[in-house]
Amino acid sequence: MAKEKFVVLESTCVPLPLENVDTDQIIPARFLSATSREGFGDNLFRDWRYNKNGEKNPAFVLNDPSFGGRILVAGKNFGSGSSREHAVWAIYDYGFRAVVSSFFADIFMNNSLNNGLLPVVIPEDMLGRILDLVKKDPSAKIRIDLEKQILKVIPTGEETAFSINAYKKECMLKGLDDIDFLLAMRNEIDEFAKRERPWL
Amino acid sequence: MKETLFEKIWNSHVVRSINEGPDVLFIDRHYIHEVTSPQAFNGLRARGVKVLHPEKTLATADHNTPTRDQHLAIRDELSRNQVAKLAENCRENGIELYGLNHEKNGIVHVIGPELGYTLPGMTIVCGDSHTSTHGAFGTIAFGIGTSEVEMVLATQCIMQPRPRKMRISVNGKTGRGVTAKDIVMYIISRISTGGATGYFVEFSGSAIRDLSMEARMTVCNMSIEMGARGGLIAPDETTFSYLRSLSRLNINGDTEAAIASWKSLKSDEGAVFDKELEFDAALIKPMITYGTNPGMGMGIDELIPSSDTAGGNASSSFLKSLGYMGFKPSMKLLGHPVDYVFLGSCTNGRIEDFRAFASIIKGRKKASGVTALIVPGSKRVEEQMKREGLTSIYEEAGFEVRQPGCSSCLAMNEDKIPEGKYAVSTSNRNFEGRQGPGARTLLASPLTAAAAAVTGVISDPRELIND
Ligand code: SF4
Repeated sequence: MAKEKFVVLESTCVPLPLENVDTDQIIPARFLSATSREGFGDNLFRDWRYNKNGEKNPAFVLNDPSFGGRILVAGKNFGSGSSREHAVWAIYDYGFRAVVSSFFADIFMNNSLNNGLLPVVIPEDMLGRILDLVKKDPSAKIRIDLEKQILKVIPTGEETAFSINAYKKECMLKGLDDIDFLLAMRNEIDEFAKRERPWL
Repeated sequence: MKETLFEKIWNSHVVRSINEGPDVLFIDRHYIHEVTSPQAFNGLRARGVKVLHPEKTLATADHNTPTRDQHLAIRDELSRNQVAKLAENCRENGIELYGLNHEKNGIVHVIGPELGYTLPGMTIVCGDSHTSTHGAFGTIAFGIGTSEVEMVLATQCIMQPRPRKMRISVNGKTGRGVTAKDIVMYIISRISTGGATGYFVEFSGSAIRDLSMEARMTVCNMSIEMGARGGLIAPDETTFSYLRSLSRLNINGDTEAAIASWKSLKSDEGAVFDKELEFDAALIKPMITYGTNPGMGMGIDELIPSSDTAGGNASSSFLKSLGYMGFKPSMKLLGHPVDYVFLGSCTNGRIEDFRAFASIIKGRKKASGVTALIVPGSKRVEEQMKREGLTSIYEEAGFEVRQPGCSSCLAMNEDKIPEGKYAVSTSNRNFEGRQGPGARTLLASPLTAAAAAVTGVISDPRELIND
């Protein structure tokens, strides 16, 4: 099934200068009881975004009207913990299309790429500069060119190349889906299944 | 070519290598549960495809199920619906389901091994990060997201970039009161929660060899908490005698022939790892965490660090974490009051864990200020506790034994730790709000949890062990 394509994204960003943001923070477990993929954005960062009484926490960045955009810029080791894909659905459903950090947890990275959310790994010092810049100037934009694999900070002109698996890049650029690819390999898979170890 | 254990298993499962892309890996066993599978089945329906190998798939309901009155309908409507959806999806696709109230029900990573579904040399996936548990048998087992669950249901394959290889050796003898949980928590406290990201870890060394199968599962279970894609341990006589002891192995044919071939599942002498780490078991103490990620751990009699040296966290994240816990840098934890104790989860919810906890509470009483959640990992464990007389030891000491499930490990059901309360937990994650909004989790072994449960404060289990 075709997915949304990702070619170039130019946008303001939302800064989240915290490290080790785990998937329990991105979407707490008590919101995982749904059986569809939609609507998780409402509970993105739920316990940071809302106070106990359900009011918005004005100190949290998603509630600060000066910040907005389709790029989330977060501290290192983003997305650790649970394998819940709901974390990626929540980020995507909220409206983000890319997350920029200096380090991502493995499963989160896979889940993102499988859902059209681009994880962009950049050097830690540059991440620090972007976070500082955006804090001072929320209108600062970032341009992510997936084809060229370049992230550029528009106001300062600073840019960096980022890496992505060539196959995954192709999938994102064209909006292709892994499962379609594998379904087309059916004969090869059936052949393989036959030469399994005998006791399985 | 000299190969690591990981390479042997991985290479024998590659259906196709995509140029500059991931490998297509054949999956021998797929475990599913109610929380991360419904959207995958919806996806299959939308594509108009059926489950390719239902006989390689096994389902259980564990994440959001209640731990009391399981014979009654689940009270929470969304959870009830999710469990019902799982049953419906399994029925429609011919998948074996050990649902709520089934005699084989339990936490997915507890029942897979105890029912003989997890076998050496396999590739195993599940929409749950602690799938790494099964690595204790010498399998490549790892957690996947829901899109990947759909992929495996549809094609019995998964696309995965090949991880790098790490070996962590723990040599020497552990001291009194030091368990597998302490070994793995110690490693994570040294290398941080991102220390093994991008790697698949093989655990080896004499201290690992000395562990029982259940203890090895505890170690592999938490390999995800060091960021690893998974962890594994080469099968040996301990593994084989465990497998022989099971009432049934889900294999076709001769167990001994299978075991003979599993003996080749080890890293070749001289095989190359991308990274090797070594630890001395004698230096490990009973561990406890003081912060909000599993890397923020220390010996129980130590002081909280004055700044985050090991984890390398920026001081703002370190202080935010201590603030959440209500702790200060350089503070001592021994003697700090505890409100809750949780014994259970796929990390420490097996029979040996309940025996260890019982060894300390026996002849003592639960401290009056402590609320205890004692949750077996499966029906089998629950039954065995009764048979061994453990249940009565718990009851005599003032503890209620609940019914199996994930329970307070992720608090999707009613077993939530209230805001601001301190819980010594044998589970695997101490993230903010993991055990309920505002809950403060201190991860530890079953022995340390038992010590807290009978004293009401954080205590060194070495002082309470009944020799
Ligand atoms: S016990 Fe906890 S970690 Fe284990 S499967 Fe259940 S929720 Fe996940």
